[in-house]
Amino acid sequence: MAIALGHYLTVAAILFTLGVLGIFLNRKNVIVILMSIELILLGVNINLVAFSTHIGDLKGQVFALFVLTVAAAEAAIGLAILVVYFRNRGTIAVEDINRMKG
Amino acid sequence: MSMAALFFYLFAGVAVASAFMVISSKNPVHSVLFLILAFVNAAGLFVLMGAEFLAMILVVVYVGAVAVLFMFVTMMLDVDFAELRDGFLQYLPIGALVGLIVLVELVLVVGTWGVGGAPHTVVAKAPIPTDVTNAEALGRVLYTDHLLLFQAAGLVLLTAMIGAIVLTLRERRVGVKRQDIAAQVARSPATAIEVVKVRPGQGLSETGV
Repeated sequence: MAIALGHYLTVAAILFTLGVLGIFLNRKNVIVILMSIELILLGVNINLVAFSTHIGDLKGQVFALFVLTVAAAEAAIGLAILVVYFRNRGTIAVEDINRMKG
Repeated sequence: MSMAALFFYLFAGVAVASAFMVISSKNPVHSVLFLILAFVNAAGLFVLMGAEFLAMILVVVYVGAVAVLFMFVTMMLDVDFAELRDGFLQYLPIGALVGLIVLVELVLVVGTWGVGGAPHTVVAKAPIPTDVTNAEALGRVLYTDHLLLFQAAGLVLLTAMIGAIVLTLRERRVGVKRQDIAAQVARSPATAIEVVKVRPGQGLSETGV
Protein backbone atom coordinates (compact mmCIF):
# COMPACT_ATOMS: atom_id res chain seq x y z
CA MET A 1 0.00 0.00 0.00
CA ALA A 2 1.19 3.46 -0.78
CA ILE A 3 1.59 6.06 1.92
CA ALA A 4 -0.93 8.77 1.16
CA LEU A 5 -1.18 12.33 2.33
CA GLY A 6 -3.68 11.36 5.01
CA HIS A 7 -1.13 9.21 6.82
CA TYR A 8 1.27 12.11 7.25
CA LEU A 9 -1.54 14.43 8.29
CA THR A 10 -2.61 11.92 10.92
CA VAL A 11 0.91 11.73 12.36
CA ALA A 12 1.08 15.53 12.40
CA ALA A 13 -2.30 15.73 14.12
CA ILE A 14 -1.21 13.25 16.79
CA LEU A 15 2.02 15.15 17.43
CA PHE A 16 0.11 18.43 17.66
CA THR A 17 -2.37 16.93 20.10
CA LEU A 18 0.40 15.46 22.25
CA GLY A 19 1.97 18.91 22.40
CA VAL A 20 -1.28 20.52 23.55
CA LEU A 21 -1.77 17.74 26.10
CA GLY A 22 1.78 18.26 27.36
CA ILE A 23 1.09 21.94 28.03
CA PHE A 24 -1.92 20.96 30.13
CA LEU A 25 -0.23 18.11 32.00
CA ASN A 26 3.00 19.87 32.94
CA ARG A 27 1.45 23.02 34.29
CA LYS A 28 4.35 23.65 36.64
CA ASN A 29 7.40 22.83 34.58
CA VAL A 30 8.29 25.54 32.07
CA ILE A 31 10.97 23.46 30.38
CA VAL A 32 8.52 20.71 29.43
CA ILE A 33 6.03 23.36 28.28
CA LEU A 34 8.67 24.77 25.92
CA MET A 35 9.34 21.25 24.66
CA SER A 36 5.62 20.79 24.08
CA ILE A 37 5.60 23.95 21.98
CA GLU A 38 8.44 22.48 19.95
CA LEU A 39 6.34 19.33 19.42
CA ILE A 40 3.41 21.47 18.21
CA LEU A 41 5.66 23.30 15.75
CA LEU A 42 7.03 19.94 14.56
CA GLY A 43 3.49 18.79 13.82
CA VAL A 44 2.85 22.00 11.89
CA ASN A 45 6.04 21.48 9.90
CA ILE A 46 5.09 17.91 8.99
CA ASN A 47 1.75 19.25 7.79
CA LEU A 48 3.40 21.93 5.64
CA VAL A 49 5.91 19.56 4.08
CA ALA A 50 3.27 16.87 3.47
CA PHE A 51 1.06 19.31 1.59
CA SER A 52 4.07 20.76 -0.23
CA THR A 53 5.22 17.42 -1.60
CA HIS A 54 1.69 16.25 -2.29
CA ILE A 55 0.69 19.31 -4.30
CA GLY A 56 4.14 19.61 -5.83
CA ASP A 57 4.76 23.18 -4.72
CA LEU A 58 8.04 24.15 -3.12
CA LYS A 59 6.61 27.15 -1.31
CA GLY A 60 5.36 24.95 1.50
CA GLN A 61 8.89 23.84 2.22
CA VAL A 62 10.07 27.46 2.19
CA PHE A 63 7.37 28.24 4.73
CA ALA A 64 8.44 25.28 6.86
CA LEU A 65 11.98 26.67 6.78
CA PHE A 66 10.74 29.99 8.17
CA VAL A 67 8.73 28.18 10.84
CA LEU A 68 11.93 26.38 11.83
CA THR A 69 13.74 29.73 12.08
CA VAL A 70 11.09 31.25 14.30
CA ALA A 71 10.95 28.11 16.45
CA ALA A 72 14.71 28.23 17.04
CA ALA A 73 14.57 31.91 17.97
CA GLU A 74 11.63 31.30 20.27
CA ALA A 75 13.41 28.45 22.05
CA ALA A 76 16.51 30.59 22.60
CA ILE A 77 14.56 33.56 23.98
CA GLY A 78 12.30 31.36 26.09
CA LEU A 79 15.21 29.56 27.69
CA ALA A 80 17.01 32.87 28.32
CA ILE A 81 13.94 34.23 30.10
CA LEU A 82 13.74 30.99 32.05
CA VAL A 83 17.36 31.28 33.19
CA VAL A 84 16.86 34.92 34.27
CA TYR A 85 13.68 34.00 36.11
CA PHE A 86 15.36 31.13 37.91
CA ARG A 87 18.25 33.40 38.88
CA ASN A 88 15.88 35.91 40.44
CA ARG A 89 13.36 33.63 42.08
CA GLY A 90 15.09 30.28 42.58
CA THR A 91 12.23 28.33 41.04
CA ILE A 92 10.71 27.73 37.64
CA ALA A 93 7.17 26.92 38.79
CA VAL A 94 4.76 28.52 36.36
CA GLU A 95 2.12 29.14 38.99
CA ASP A 96 4.40 31.56 40.81
CA ILE A 97 4.83 33.74 37.75
CA ASN A 98 2.24 36.38 38.53
CA ARG A 99 4.49 39.32 39.19
CA MET A 100 3.67 40.94 35.91
CA LYS A 101 0.13 41.57 37.10
CA GLY A 102 -0.03 45.29 37.64
CA MET B 1 3.75 -3.89 2.41
CA SER B 2 6.36 -1.94 0.53
CA MET B 3 9.63 -0.76 1.96
CA ALA B 4 8.47 2.87 2.08
CA ALA B 5 5.35 1.94 4.01
CA LEU B 6 7.42 -0.09 6.46
CA PHE B 7 9.73 2.83 7.11
CA PHE B 8 6.79 5.21 7.37
CA TYR B 9 5.21 3.16 10.11
CA LEU B 10 8.58 2.76 11.86
CA PHE B 11 9.31 6.50 11.85
CA ALA B 12 5.76 7.53 12.64
CA GLY B 13 5.40 5.01 15.47
CA VAL B 14 8.69 5.93 17.11
CA ALA B 15 8.00 9.65 16.68
CA VAL B 16 4.58 9.44 18.30
CA ALA B 17 5.80 7.17 21.10
CA SER B 18 8.74 9.42 21.92
CA ALA B 19 6.51 12.50 21.77
CA PHE B 20 4.32 10.81 24.35
CA MET B 21 7.36 10.11 26.49
CA VAL B 22 8.42 13.77 26.21
CA ILE B 23 5.30 14.95 27.97
CA SER B 24 5.01 12.09 30.44
CA SER B 25 8.50 11.22 31.64
CA LYS B 26 9.45 12.10 35.19
CA ASN B 27 12.93 13.45 34.49
CA PRO B 28 13.22 16.48 32.15
CA VAL B 29 16.58 15.20 30.91
CA HIS B 30 14.80 12.10 29.64
CA SER B 31 12.21 14.43 28.09
CA VAL B 32 14.95 16.21 26.15
CA LEU B 33 16.42 12.92 24.97
CA PHE B 34 13.01 11.71 23.80
CA LEU B 35 12.51 15.08 22.07
CA ILE B 36 15.74 14.43 20.14
CA LEU B 37 14.42 10.98 19.18
CA ALA B 38 11.13 12.50 18.00
CA PHE B 39 12.96 15.05 15.87
CA VAL B 40 15.24 12.46 14.29
CA ASN B 41 12.25 10.32 13.36
CA ALA B 42 10.41 13.35 11.99
CA ALA B 43 13.50 13.98 9.85
CA GLY B 44 13.08 10.41 8.60
CA LEU B 45 9.49 11.21 7.68
CA PHE B 46 10.71 14.30 5.81
CA VAL B 47 13.13 12.17 3.82
CA LEU B 48 10.29 9.78 2.97
CA MET B 49 8.23 12.72 1.75
CA GLY B 50 11.08 13.93 -0.43
CA ALA B 51 12.16 17.01 1.50
CA GLU B 52 15.76 16.00 2.14
CA PHE B 53 17.07 19.50 2.81
CA LEU B 54 14.50 20.21 5.50
CA ALA B 55 15.24 16.83 7.06
CA MET B 56 18.92 17.67 7.34
CA ILE B 57 18.09 21.15 8.65
CA LEU B 58 15.85 19.54 11.23
CA VAL B 59 18.67 17.30 12.40
CA VAL B 60 21.26 20.08 12.40
CA VAL B 61 19.18 22.87 13.93
CA TYR B 62 16.95 20.96 16.29
CA VAL B 63 19.05 18.02 17.40
CA GLY B 64 22.32 19.90 17.16
CA ALA B 65 21.33 23.25 18.60
CA VAL B 66 17.90 23.56 20.17
CA ALA B 67 17.84 20.20 21.95
CA VAL B 68 21.36 20.73 23.25
CA LEU B 69 20.28 24.16 24.49
CA PHE B 70 17.37 22.54 26.30
CA MET B 71 19.77 19.97 27.75
CA PHE B 72 22.14 22.67 29.02
CA VAL B 73 19.37 24.66 30.69
CA THR B 74 17.76 21.57 32.19
CA MET B 75 20.98 20.36 33.74
CA MET B 76 22.20 23.82 34.73
CA LEU B 77 19.16 24.82 36.75
CA ASP B 78 19.22 23.33 40.20
CA VAL B 79 15.51 22.55 40.42
CA ASP B 80 13.73 19.87 42.36
CA PHE B 81 11.84 18.41 39.44
CA ALA B 82 9.96 15.92 41.60
CA GLU B 83 8.29 18.82 43.37
CA LEU B 84 7.22 20.29 40.04
CA ARG B 85 5.31 17.13 39.23
CA ASP B 86 3.08 17.24 42.26
CA GLY B 87 -0.08 18.27 40.45
CA PHE B 88 0.69 16.22 37.34
CA LEU B 89 -2.49 14.17 37.36
CA GLN B 90 -4.57 17.05 38.65
CA TYR B 91 -4.91 18.50 35.17
CA LEU B 92 -5.18 15.14 33.40
CA PRO B 93 -9.00 15.21 32.93
CA ILE B 94 -9.16 18.71 31.45
CA GLY B 95 -5.97 18.11 29.46
CA ALA B 96 -7.25 14.81 28.08
CA LEU B 97 -10.58 16.45 27.23
CA VAL B 98 -8.95 19.32 25.32
CA GLY B 99 -6.49 16.96 23.63
CA LEU B 100 -9.28 14.61 22.61
CA ILE B 101 -11.35 17.48 21.18
CA VAL B 102 -8.38 18.80 19.20
CA LEU B 103 -7.51 15.33 17.91
CA VAL B 104 -11.10 14.52 16.90
CA GLU B 105 -11.42 17.84 15.11
CA LEU B 106 -8.15 17.37 13.25
CA VAL B 107 -9.04 13.80 12.27
CA LEU B 108 -12.47 14.95 11.10
CA VAL B 109 -10.84 17.61 8.95
CA VAL B 110 -8.41 15.09 7.46
CA GLY B 111 -11.15 12.49 7.02
CA THR B 112 -13.78 14.64 5.38
CA TRP B 113 -11.43 16.74 3.27
CA GLY B 114 -11.25 14.86 -0.01
CA VAL B 115 -7.71 13.50 -0.13
CA GLY B 116 -6.59 13.17 -3.73
CA GLY B 117 -9.22 15.40 -5.26
CA ALA B 118 -7.72 18.70 -4.30
CA PRO B 119 -4.33 18.83 -6.07
CA HIS B 120 -5.85 18.90 -9.56
CA THR B 121 -7.54 22.18 -8.79
CA VAL B 122 -4.41 23.77 -7.37
CA VAL B 123 -1.78 25.21 -9.67
CA ALA B 124 1.66 25.04 -8.13
CA LYS B 125 3.29 28.46 -7.94
CA ALA B 126 6.74 26.93 -7.61
CA PRO B 127 6.55 23.40 -8.98
CA ILE B 128 9.11 20.97 -7.65
CA PRO B 129 11.67 20.35 -10.41
CA THR B 130 12.73 16.79 -11.05
CA ASP B 131 16.17 17.39 -12.56
CA VAL B 132 17.86 19.10 -9.59
CA THR B 133 18.25 18.13 -5.98
CA ASN B 134 15.84 19.27 -3.32
CA ALA B 135 18.36 21.63 -1.74
CA GLU B 136 19.13 23.31 -5.07
CA ALA B 137 15.45 23.70 -5.96
CA LEU B 138 14.69 25.12 -2.53
CA GLY B 139 17.61 27.53 -2.81
CA ARG B 140 16.42 28.76 -6.20
CA VAL B 141 12.95 29.53 -4.86
CA LEU B 142 14.25 30.96 -1.60
CA TYR B 143 16.87 33.27 -3.08
CA THR B 144 14.85 34.54 -6.03
CA ASP B 145 11.25 34.79 -4.86
CA HIS B 146 11.65 35.16 -1.11
CA LEU B 147 14.85 37.12 -0.68
CA LEU B 148 13.32 39.76 1.59
CA LEU B 149 11.65 37.14 3.77
CA PHE B 150 14.97 35.33 3.98
CA GLN B 151 16.67 38.50 5.21
CA ALA B 152 13.84 39.07 7.66
CA ALA B 153 14.35 35.56 9.03
CA GLY B 154 17.99 36.43 9.52
CA LEU B 155 16.97 39.56 11.41
CA VAL B 156 14.69 37.48 13.62
CA LEU B 157 17.60 35.22 14.48
CA LEU B 158 19.86 38.23 15.12
CA THR B 159 17.24 39.73 17.43
CA ALA B 160 16.92 36.43 19.28
CA MET B 161 20.69 36.20 19.67
CA ILE B 162 21.06 39.75 20.99
CA GLY B 163 18.02 39.33 23.23
CA ALA B 164 19.32 36.12 24.77
CA ILE B 165 22.73 37.68 25.41
CA VAL B 166 21.25 40.85 26.92
CA LEU B 167 18.92 38.84 29.13
CA THR B 168 21.46 36.45 30.54
CA LEU B 169 24.59 38.63 30.70
CA ARG B 170 25.18 39.89 34.20
CA GLU B 171 27.85 42.12 35.69
CA ARG B 172 29.84 40.48 38.44
CA ARG B 173 31.09 43.27 40.66
CA VAL B 174 32.69 41.34 43.49
CA GLY B 175 35.96 39.54 42.94
CA VAL B 176 36.43 40.50 39.31
CA LYS B 177 39.41 42.64 38.26
CA ARG B 178 38.86 44.67 35.15
CA GLN B 179 41.15 46.99 33.23
CA ASP B 180 40.52 50.67 34.00
CA ILE B 181 42.15 52.54 31.17
CA ALA B 182 41.45 56.04 32.57
CA ALA B 183 43.16 55.15 35.82
CA GLN B 184 46.13 53.73 33.94
CA VAL B 185 46.56 56.80 31.76
CA ALA B 186 46.19 59.16 34.72
CA ARG B 187 49.13 57.62 36.54
CA SER B 188 52.12 59.91 37.03
CA PRO B 189 55.61 59.20 38.42
CA ALA B 190 54.52 60.77 41.69
CA THR B 191 51.82 58.19 42.23
CA ALA B 192 53.57 55.28 40.60
CA ILE B 193 57.05 55.42 42.11
CA GLU B 194 57.99 55.52 45.71
CA VAL B 195 61.58 56.35 46.62
CA VAL B 196 62.77 54.74 49.80
CA LYS B 197 66.07 55.46 51.40
CA VAL B 198 67.50 52.28 52.84
CA ARG B 199 70.14 52.78 55.45
CA PRO B 200 73.04 50.35 55.38
CA GLY B 201 72.51 47.43 57.67
CA GLN B 202 68.72 47.77 57.74
CA GLY B 203 66.23 45.79 55.78
CA LEU B 204 63.29 47.18 53.92
CA SER B 205 60.92 45.93 56.56
CA GLU B 206 62.46 48.15 59.20
CA THR B 207 61.92 51.29 57.19
CA GLY B 208 58.22 50.79 57.33
CA VAL B 209 57.58 49.91 53.72
